[in-house]
Amino acid sequence: MTGYDDGQPRMGFFTDTSVCIGCKACEVACKEWNGVPENPFAWTGESYDNTSSLGANTWRHVAFIESGGQSTASTVQSASSVQSEDEDFRWLMSSDVCKHCTTAACLDVCPTGALFKTEFETVVVQEDVCNGCGYCVPACPYGVIDRRESDGRAWKCTLCYDRLKVGEEPACAKACPTDSINFGTLEAMTAMAADRLDVVVAAGRAGAQLYGDGPSGGVDGAGSVFLLLDDPEVYGLPPDPIAGSKHLPSLWGAAAAAAVTLAGAVAAAFVGGRR
Amino acid sequence: MTTPVGRGPGRRRLRGGPGSVVPSAQIRTYYDRPVLKQPVWTWEIPAYFFTGGLAGASASLGSMARRGGHPLLARAARRIALGGVVVSPALLISDLGRPERFHHMLRVFRPTSPMSVGTWVLTVFGPAAGASAVLAELGWWPRLQRLAETVAGGLGPVMATYTAVLVADTAIPVWHEARHELPFVFAGSAAASAGAAATLLVPTAESGPARRLAVTGGLLELGAAEVMRARLGELGEPYRLADAHRWSRAATVCTAAGTALLGLVGRRRRVAVAGSALLLAGSVCQRWAVYRAGFISAADPKYTVAPQRRRIEERG
Repeated sequence: MTGYDDGQPRMGFFTDTSVCIGCKACEVACKEWNGVPENPFAWTGESYDNTSSLGANTWRHVAFIESGGQSTASTVQSASSVQSEDEDFRWLMSSDVCKHCTTAACLDVCPTGALFKTEFETVVVQEDVCNGCGYCVPACPYGVIDRRESDGRAWKCTLCYDRLKVGEEPACAKACPTDSINFGTLEAMTAMAADRLDVVVAAGRAGAQLYGDGPSGGVDGAGSVFLLLDDPEVYGLPPDPIAGSKHLPSLWGAAAAAAVTLAGAVAAAFVGGRR
Repeated sequence: MTTPVGRGPGRRRLRGGPGSVVPSAQIRTYYDRPVLKQPVWTWEIPAYFFTGGLAGASASLGSMARRGGHPLLARAARRIALGGVVVSPALLISDLGRPERFHHMLRVFRPTSPMSVGTWVLTVFGPAAGASAVLAELGWWPRLQRLAETVAGGLGPVMATYTAVLVADTAIPVWHEARHELPFVFAGSAAASAGAAATLLVPTAESGPARRLAVTGGLLELGAAEVMRARLGELGEPYRLADAHRWSRAATVCTAAGTALLGLVGRRRRVAVAGSALLLAGSVCQRWAVYRAGFISAADPKYTVAPQRRRIEERG
């Protein structure tokens, strides 16, 4: 599929949000290892999330969902009973990252070949090739990749390609103190995710679900599997993303029909002689 | 301390109407933040949609005019196409984050990328349209001129429509879900602009085919845009909001007025000039309406989440 024939299995993440404590060590480790520029700081008022979304300068993003708490006072009082199922208050945390899609829209639309599939079947931008055309930005159905204003090129998670090359795990997974971020072969990650889902559902988390697991769907499966405790859109994730390039035949079919119509209109303009 | 902590996950309503593709639904979001990224493209891109379409349709018009024995019209159309292909690459390169690396587009051909396909189409079309016009002016190498003219004329309709594939092959709902109609909007808009521009440059007695093309194009543009917005249903709401609404309305008014003037009383020179100017303006506004609607569509997560939720529900 990727043109490599070296027996290297596909590598990926399993992010288990049920044990995420929102420490943001992944955000920091990613920035440090990859030399990602700092973000201009601003208070968002959105729980503990001042990073807001993935982007050119944010390759790991921890989302915080606080809901049900009526006031700061009641939040503090109920903090000890967060686990209780009859309690309205909840505080979800999830570390988001590039999905390293099987059918990656960013890669499909890239006109320079800057985006490519590595031998680990991860999706990486070559910074010496990217010319900043910006096509990958609206193409990504997850809103992950973006162009960096300061240097005009597109940037996103590389799944620490340099670390994988020497047999190390990605910086975010290495730094994660609760093993919310796991790294390994995608097969192992998917199996681990299925096991964790069983445990979490058995513990009474009815809304728990896997995200990005399995080879089906609009991007033919992701290299980043998640265990979520609520629907994907609650975390800012698209519930049923699709790579635009899956519709290439109908896209070009419509253009061909329109081009023929235009040629016909030009020809028809000459029917009826001079007027 | 009784102030609410944070805003919590947002809830947005997206109501279904007649012909709607989105049902009434409570949309859950992450603090109303967009799921998708805004395009980073600037004004050069919709400007290129116009100049590329104008050049493409003009090259086809010029080729047909020469074959049909309309030398004045053929010359005007060739000159317009030349102008379009001189301006277009400059616009495209200027929009890049790294303009000095524009030639990296030419290191691969990637059929899955409409921008790569378009780059190669423009790389053939541009020199062909340019050579066709310049050689014809100079009277040099008539056989080569004919060949260049034929190549440019044949690729013209591709130039005019591939840009619609380019925007439709994205995750932005108002673009992607309009993938069946957008090429017809762009084709009509290109035909209208090419017919109108040629009408301006040739005497009225010689501009019959150009006026007919302009009228056909105007009608196609208006009809396709109407069908597009109707089929988009609530996903087409960005065309009714903010600056996309103003561009869209201006496009409809200008194109309708220009089409009517050229179609009904186009043989009067002053009317033809006014009608042509209106059609050109309408064509520009149409491209800006599509461009800006994409930004509005990407900015609000309800357009992304609602149809996807519905897909999941339909699958059961």
